[in-house]
Amino acid sequence: MEEKIIAAIIVSAIAFVSIYAFTPVLIKFLQKRNLTVKDVNKPGNVMIPRPGGISILLGIVVSEITLYFFFPISEILAIIITSVLGFSVGIIDDKKTMGGWFKPLALAFCAAPILLLGAYDSNLDFPLFGSVKIPSLYLALVVFMIPIMGNTINSIDVLNGIASGVTTIAGFALAISLFILQNYEIGIACLCLAFASLAFYKYHKFPSRIFPGDSGALMLGATYGVIAIVGQVEVIAAVAILPAVINSFLFLSSVKKIVEHRKIKNPVKHTDDFKLKSTDENHAPITLVRLLIAKKPLSEKQICNEVLKLTVFSGVLAVITAFMMGVKI
Amino acid sequence: MAIKIYSFIFVMWILMLVGGGLVVIFVGPFTLTPDIDPIITSGVKVLIALFLIFIWLFTLTKVKNWIFKSQVKS
Repeated sequence: MEEKIIAAIIVSAIAFVSIYAFTPVLIKFLQKRNLTVKDVNKPGNVMIPRPGGISILLGIVVSEITLYFFFPISEILAIIITSVLGFSVGIIDDKKTMGGWFKPLALAFCAAPILLLGAYDSNLDFPLFGSVKIPSLYLALVVFMIPIMGNTINSIDVLNGIASGVTTIAGFALAISLFILQNYEIGIACLCLAFASLAFYKYHKFPSRIFPGDSGALMLGATYGVIAIVGQVEVIAAVAILPAVINSFLFLSSVKKIVEHRKIKNPVKHTDDFKLKSTDENHAPITLVRLLIAKKPLSEKQICNEVLKLTVFSGVLAVITAFMMGVKI
Repeated sequence: MAIKIYSFIFVMWILMLVGGGLVVIFVGPFTLTPDIDPIITSGVKVLIALFLIFIWLFTLTKVKNWIFKSQVKS
């Protein structure tokens, strides 16, 4: 146990400090090369460096490789490779905006290391009722999990600090759940993700100094998804990230097709004091943000805080679910 | 508004717990007669799982529409 505590402290510190120290350097580098995008929710022409995914890649990969030296198990190797592949898909999309189907299909291939390394168990665990063995169905779940999680985080990355903030809260909730279930190695791997997101949140929160880009958002989602699979906490992981799942669900159920989010009508518009209010366009999709501002306009910071509070609520539900895993009716 | 979204999350959570129970109790142990190919049994299980997902999504869509419409009206 002592070795696990030492490993947890070391890798968490590496994940946090590397991103905390490297991101300002990356911001200057991107600004110098004019790799910036307009922050559409700010008055004037505020340009923000992108992609910050490079910084997240550094923090997660270095900390997970260090963890692999402590515990050389195939599950951690699967996390490292899948995270790098998730980043690669995102950086392609950052460089050149691809079609709506590119990301789900490419992310499905990112699940290959999990299958090739055999880093999964085909039992699907549910709270209160036990587990069910579904070998064929589970393979499909592995392939779908990474695109779903990647796109879920990516589609909630619409305002300053939401993607990194949601991943931080959900990551800590999932790590606590893994510790409750005594899956310590993967719990520590999840701490790397949570601390990496927390360090990035420092620069991504309102007002953002850097955007993660698709590379950052997809990598956060892919890493979260692979941890859920190798840690056998698929249901808990889905519960912890419910606000983001709701956002994707609302979007898909109103748009009714998979489409690149930059190609749809904006569901929000700005008031004179640059608060966000729901659009009057009937065909614009319903999203979590639109739902939050349906009654009255809110500032970007207020909306971010509301989304993070919702994630804390779902994080608590995830931890309750983890306790319920040990109870059988 | 926030209360309704918290309720939405709570309803989703309950539906996940109930759906999980149905999968464990009915879908997992489901078998057709022994002389039938296991692939066909798996196919039937997939259909049942898809049907459960359809009910789950249908219920959530109704809840979502109710929340959004009540919000727009108020």
